[in-house]
Amino acid sequence: MITVDIEKKLKAYHGQQVLKIAGQFENGSVTKIYGPSGAGKTTFLKVIAGLINPEKGKIAVGDIIWLDTALRISLSPQKRKVGFVFQSYALFSNMTVQQHLAYATDDKQWIKRLLEIGKLETFAKHKPEYLSGGQQQRLAILRAMAIKPKLLLMDEPFSALDPKMKSGLIPELKLLWEELGTTTLIVSHNPQELEGLADREMEINPSL
Amino acid sequence: MDLTPIWLTLKLATIATMVLLLIGLPVAYWLSKGRSVIKIILEAIITMPLVLPPSVLGFYLLLAFSPQHGIGKWLHDTFNIQFVFSFQGLILASVIYSMPFMIGPIKSALQQLPLSLSQASYTLGKTERQTFIKVLLPNIRSSVLTAAILTFAHTLGEFGVVLMIGGNIPNVTRVASIAVYDSVENMDYHAANIYSLILFSITFVMVISVFVFNKYKVKSPLE
Repeated sequence: MITVDIEKKLKAYHGQQVLKIAGQFENGSVTKIYGPSGAGKTTFLKVIAGLINPEKGKIAVGDIIWLDTALRISLSPQKRKVGFVFQSYALFSNMTVQQHLAYATDDKQWIKRLLEIGKLETFAKHKPEYLSGGQQQRLAILRAMAIKPKLLLMDEPFSALDPKMKSGLIPELKLLWEELGTTTLIVSHNPQELEGLADREMEINPSL
Repeated sequence: MDLTPIWLTLKLATIATMVLLLIGLPVAYWLSKGRSVIKIILEAIITMPLVLPPSVLGFYLLLAFSPQHGIGKWLHDTFNIQFVFSFQGLILASVIYSMPFMIGPIKSALQQLPLSLSQASYTLGKTERQTFIKVLLPNIRSSVLTAAILTFAHTLGEFGVVLMIGGNIPNVTRVASIAVYDSVENMDYHAANIYSLILFSITFVMVISVFVFNKYKVKSPLE
């Protein structure tokens, strides 16, 4: 069980807003996160990953406290080791597809399996600049899965995929998450995109 | 025709560039991350050689490292190191004088990289050092090469600083730029012309290579 209760100030066009989120996420669950642009969905994911620190709050994963601002506890992103799919993909232009995965894990069998799931076997030696937008996005998902994360945070992860690719990839990913017991939080703008995938939904709306 | 000043200049520029690569990479990385009063002051100090007359910098270095007092005396008495009128002194002066040429481009390149690159690496469990070496550095390699070439070329052309701290000692501190000045003073225009032509050719090729390399550099996949 992941328990989150955070407060983070956001800069917005019409002044400062406060992002207040409290919630619990069951182990192995898939949660869709939605809300208007600029609501702080990406910020929320980054706070959980330890990439941004909130002003106030607490995050606990099982018995382990990842963040407690009152106790001045904040585990580094390296210790939290969540899988993170960035909206901008954040691919490393100096690495090939294979090298991206090898950078994340030494498990060659796992890399082979991920390449098969992402249909990127034939592009293993290609650098990101030679991949299409959809292939780059799949690589970003595979790289996040390479560390076999217990918690996976995905920021608009399927936006560049065509419907056929999406319908092929999503069930495969769901199988992987079940196998690993991965808890998944997915930010998505598209209401239909995660139908049948997400167990629950969470709306984010910052207050003034 | 004595070509020692040319070899001395190339040796000085090579050593200064290597020292500055070692110092410049971590300093530029540190400066690229956020802002603080200390960073602003340090950056201003690093940038000073760009605007300060080289003779002023040379004069202060001469005072600071004079074996008669202060740090210079301590270095001389403790380690038997003398920076004034020695080749080591030229290296020290060159490192300080060319520092903005190394640190400036590298810092700018690091600041232009998307923050998400290092964040992605951290979420994969990689340390800051691993991220710098495996992700950030390869992504700014063209800037590092440009900085190294400019530093090298700039060191070749030093005059005021090296004259102040190194003087004009043949085979020790008489680098090419000083040899040109010295030859003209002695009305030996032929030697001055040879030294000048060699310096001009080397720096011209280096500057051209910067432009050629940057034109064909690898683009970001998201550009």
